[in-house]
Amino acid sequence: MARSEAIQGNGTKSEEIRAQYKKFIGRKILFIFSSIILIVITAGISATLGSYSISVVEVYSILWHGLFQNPETTKEIVVWDLRLPRILLGILAGIGLAIAGTAMQGVVRNPLASPYTLGIASAAGFGAAVAILLGAGFVTGQYLIIANAFIFALLSSFIIYGLSRRKGATPETMILAGIALMYLFSAMTGILQYFGEAEAVKEVVFWMFGSLGRATWDKLFFVFVILAICVPILMSKSWDLNTLGAGDESAKSLGVNVEQTRVVCFTLASLVTAGIICFTGTIGFIGLVAPHMCRMVIGGDNRYLIPASGLFGAALLLGADTVARTIIAPTILPVGLITAFMGVPLFLYLILRRRGEYW
Amino acid sequence: MVQLKVKDVTFSYARVPVLKDVRLEVATKEILGVLGPNGAGKSTLLKCIDRILSPQKGCISLDGLDITKMSRIELAKKIGYIPQSISHVFSATVFDTVLMGRRPHLGWRTSEKDTEAVLETLQMLHIEDLAMRDVNELSGGQMQKVFIARALTQEPDLLLLDEPTSNLDIRHQLEVMHTIKSIVRKKGISAIMAIHDLNLAARYADRIIMMHNGTIFSDGDPAYVLTRENIKRVYGVDAEVNYNDGRPYIVPLKPVKHDEGGSG
Repeated sequence: MARSEAIQGNGTKSEEIRAQYKKFIGRKILFIFSSIILIVITAGISATLGSYSISVVEVYSILWHGLFQNPETTKEIVVWDLRLPRILLGILAGIGLAIAGTAMQGVVRNPLASPYTLGIASAAGFGAAVAILLGAGFVTGQYLIIANAFIFALLSSFIIYGLSRRKGATPETMILAGIALMYLFSAMTGILQYFGEAEAVKEVVFWMFGSLGRATWDKLFFVFVILAICVPILMSKSWDLNTLGAGDESAKSLGVNVEQTRVVCFTLASLVTAGIICFTGTIGFIGLVAPHMCRMVIGGDNRYLIPASGLFGAALLLGADTVARTIIAPTILPVGLITAFMGVPLFLYLILRRRGEYW
Repeated sequence: MVQLKVKDVTFSYARVPVLKDVRLEVATKEILGVLGPNGAGKSTLLKCIDRILSPQKGCISLDGLDITKMSRIELAKKIGYIPQSISHVFSATVFDTVLMGRRPHLGWRTSEKDTEAVLETLQMLHIEDLAMRDVNELSGGQMQKVFIARALTQEPDLLLLDEPTSNLDIRHQLEVMHTIKSIVRKKGISAIMAIHDLNLAARYADRIIMMHNGTIFSDGDPAYVLTRENIKRVYGVDAEVNYNDGRPYIVPLKPVKHDEGGSG
């Protein structure tokens, strides 16, 4: 009698945990769907803003009709060829940078890591500076700056890959090497700027600010392909990233090839980042703020955190770009400046509100 | 029942040898206590057995299979490892942490069977009430149980525990040791645990190896290993050894002066 009661007691307890866990997962899925809705709303608002006024309803109707026929009227052309590429680049860049940030934080087990921790931004900046100031690069023509930025960004990750092959892919090796590379490339860019023509130097500075204004359908396609390849692979590694969070020894004992996981994830994160910033310049803070905000709401499980922070990052970047376009209209500010201004207070707020050491 | 063979294993960090030609066999369903002063090589031995570290020389085999020829996943299905200190940087619930133990068995999605395994283990260790808590908020004893639970959901044949009772108060030390003992008996698995407390080892281990400067100094049942002479030679401590129900209990008296022998 007493025994069967005890078993029943345990049974209900298990049921209780099961229900709680289900609710816990449900909350994460709800967050992911809310982020998607947030993107759709922000995109709609963003498409109405600009020197040519078009209402929200009109925008959605133009988008719907544009799926079946080529844009003809001025409104249709403004929406389809000017505003939509910019919005889509904002979404893709937001997704990519936020996911790259989440992955990097997991890889180096440090919540302060970002897509740029490994020096990728200053390497891309140096590549662009070489193209703009010296006119030298890997290709010629209109893609000179982009190709240079992309290749130099990847170069910095290859150097870190090489170092981790020799010294072991530990977070310490990677962060230290990243800092060293960041200073190296910044210094080299500095030298080029010091001897450069004033106009060209200004162009380099502008490039680095990070902006969605250079969006075209061709570029979108390229970014889309990179994301379509890298993001699913990163998501498939989410279990392994979770175990890395418990420490290398635990991860190894759970059957994870720790070094390989690190190398694969940081290579993919670098590829995503390079593929985005070669078109936009460095857009800061999305890769830091989006993952942190999501962690606060849904916790650290990468299976949900990666998609959630990607989508939330997209909404955040789109929102920032909308502010950048309207705050002192008709002048359009580079979105990279706005993300920093939005990011810092947001970050300070998070620090004040945090419960644990991090969250 | 798993058969572990450690043969002539040598391991060095940089050029400092930590393990020197260590030989060890574990075959029966037993709790093996690994004793020895700081730096004797206890933790290193455990890490080599789970291939967290790779020995420069020698061979470790499980059921006749060289562990370097096994995949990490295969190894994780046979050996569960509970590290000495765990620091989680990011928050994770107890449920999710224990679920990680299913990693060797699952793909991206978890199945009903995995959830079942987690619930069962939580129940066995009496930590169901912690299920939705954040691991970073737990006390030392609770955390130790969570990590034992994680290792158990791997369904291993061999548990490796690196000082499971360090930093625990006396009640939690006994609780954790009791838990380990009852699991080993119930599941018919073996456990190897590095431990500092001679009396806990004497009480809970079926067999003890005492390590000294990277070698196994003495190997046998607690009464055989824990003698005044051995404790003096290995730890450099004068101690009184008494017996209670055939198990020794040790009253440490004073450190031995260096010229009288000792670990140096």
